[in-house]
Amino acid sequence: MNAEVCDARGEFVSNVVHFGRLLRSAGISVGTGRILDAIRAIDAVGVESREDFYWTLHAVFVNHPRQRLIFDQAFQVFWRNPRILERAMSLVLPQIRAPMDDSSQEMANRLSDVLFSNMKTNNIAQEQETETEIRATLTYSDRERLQTADFDSMSKAELEQVQKVIAKMRFAFKELKTRRFQAHPQGDRLDMRKTIKKSLRGTADTISLSRMKRRSLPPPVVVLCDISGSMSEYSRMLLHFSHALMLSRAHVTCFVFGTRLTNISRLLKTKDVDIALSQVSDTVEDWFGGTRIGECLEKFNRFWVRRLPVHSSVVLLVTDGLDRAESGRLEPQIQLLHRSCRHLIWLNPLLRYHEFEPKVEGIRTMLPHVDEFRPVHNLESLASLAEALTIRPWQQQKNDLYTPGRKWNLKNLSSSLSIPLITQ
Amino acid sequence: MSKSTSISDTLNFLASQNYVADRSLATAISLALNLNRPLLLEGEAGVGKTEVAKVLAGALNRRLIRLQCYEGLDVSSAVYEWNYSRQMIEIRLAESEGVQNREQIADDIYSKKFLVERPLLQALTVQDSGAPVLLIDEIDRADEPFEAYLLEILSDFQITIPEIGTITAEKPPIVIVTSNRTREIHDALKRRCFYYWVDYPTAERELEILAVKAPQASENLARQIVAFIQKLREEDLYKVPGVAETIDWAHALVQLDAISLDESVVDDTLGTLLKYQDDIEKIRGHEAARLLEHIQAGVSAIQ
Repeated sequence: MNAEVCDARGEFVSNVVHFGRLLRSAGISVGTGRILDAIRAIDAVGVESREDFYWTLHAVFVNHPRQRLIFDQAFQVFWRNPRILERAMSLVLPQIRAPMDDSSQEMANRLSDVLFSNMKTNNIAQEQETETEIRATLTYSDRERLQTADFDSMSKAELEQVQKVIAKMRFAFKELKTRRFQAHPQGDRLDMRKTIKKSLRGTADTISLSRMKRRSLPPPVVVLCDISGSMSEYSRMLLHFSHALMLSRAHVTCFVFGTRLTNISRLLKTKDVDIALSQVSDTVEDWFGGTRIGECLEKFNRFWVRRLPVHSSVVLLVTDGLDRAESGRLEPQIQLLHRSCRHLIWLNPLLRYHEFEPKVEGIRTMLPHVDEFRPVHNLESLASLAEALTIRPWQQQKNDLYTPGRKWNLKNLSSSLSIPLITQ
Repeated sequence: MSKSTSISDTLNFLASQNYVADRSLATAISLALNLNRPLLLEGEAGVGKTEVAKVLAGALNRRLIRLQCYEGLDVSSAVYEWNYSRQMIEIRLAESEGVQNREQIADDIYSKKFLVERPLLQALTVQDSGAPVLLIDEIDRADEPFEAYLLEILSDFQITIPEIGTITAEKPPIVIVTSNRTREIHDALKRRCFYYWVDYPTAERELEILAVKAPQASENLARQIVAFIQKLREEDLYKVPGVAETIDWAHALVQLDAISLDESVVDDTLGTLLKYQDDIEKIRGHEAARLLEHIQAGVSAIQ
């Protein structure tokens, strides 16, 4: 190999490294190992064209369908003229941390953000004689104006109350039997492996049998929480509740909806509740607006029912049922949701009114399709919810469940905790 | 395996097995073959992910070992199990022969002879024709613990059995992992694989597929079928039809002696195309007629 070839190869390798770093800065997790893989892959596969090169790098760097768009853009931009970026990279990379987001439009912006936000300040674009052909679109106009929700911090007493309630919560739905086994002295199956192993130990003449039974796990939970204007008083409390739920068990997925549906599970996974909630507040864009329950449920049914273990889940639908849009759209969706989940619980803050009767059409539409209907408007009802979830469904007292036509009586909900979290 | 398999070679042998693939997929496959890395295929149902493994096995003349994943899949049904009855007989025999040393018995009964091999362990055994093709199908259905268990197998091609030790593959198997994305696969697993997203084919590609998979359909009919389905994929449906549905539909239409698409024939056979009642109701009748009109206009424009 002569020096020229060596140089070309060195430059090529360094370009791949820079490309990897570009992807990393745009939010695709690319470690050094991946970059080595990429170089090895290119050597191994015998790249014949730009297309081959594209798909080779694609196979190595991309591992999520969401990343395809950003990879494509990064590739087109970078391998057209890596020079421009090389220098930009070294200045830009260390301080960039791009957030993860689902919206593909935003991803497009993300790349241009990474590439150009700092280039402007560093005047690198001006140094370069050729004008870059990349469209650094910052299409903020097509995004709804962010309406940042303001979570008042709770008073210390309130917070302690909440924590107490939350600590009490034990969600003991009928557990799901899995196909796995666990050792159990009264199990209904023989654990042959253990039995034989044990029989070879010691010198006893008899063999003691080891038993096992099917392991069961608590079912997953999906929370769908309404954050529209009419629910604004409860949003904060319910998010606290969701956060606690999230930390307490393995399979919880949380969504909030007003006019659109947002998955906030990843945000709520942060241990610190204040940080988690402020993240939610920053991310969700439709606080205190209208509600389109039907539309949001449709979105859930379409995009999430097959992405989550909904069929085995308990779904908590938190809404007042005051739908802005026509209810013709709502009925098939709530029906579908009811069919696709294991147990559908509707938590409704309107039940705080003694005279509550399901007069609104939206509520009447949804009522026949839920398994359970409960109030949730203050700590008291939250506590009673936790209590109700503790009791297994078949042990539940009949009068605890809502029956249409019967007036809801708050006195039924006896609880030692009587400080309302939110005063009306 | 031959020293290296170029992308063009890969495309050729896929074609020889009647699998019409994009060059991009061939690139990913050839990477997996050359670098002995598993290939993770993701995509909607019915786009031909599983088929890739079958075709590979056929083309390379390897044994195909398939592991269908499901919730709660465990080691004893996926990897290995001890043959307990044989072990017990062996213990009994040893005792009747007066063997007192239990250590000795233990050494005897925990040998490979008493091992029942399940798919993953089988995949580590090389046969005359070479290392097998291991298809781990719909990994998203298995639970996380099983996914974690797979890590050792997929990165080092070895399995640890406590009683025996570690079994390593002489030659790494060709591993194809598929997922329908009903849940997200863990990053650790993804990192060990090459990744490819199998998309719905373009109209051109789908025509090629039909020509190979349903040659009985006349070219005119195939063109109409593809145009209709491509249009249908743009509709707002709960589950849009995949390639498998296209092929099924073509077969169904050929069986019904349909020469071209018309409203009644579409309505009658919609069940092979759409698998949700809501979708069928939405498309049947008026909507189907509209789509038909659209594609007929398109076809006559070409002619």
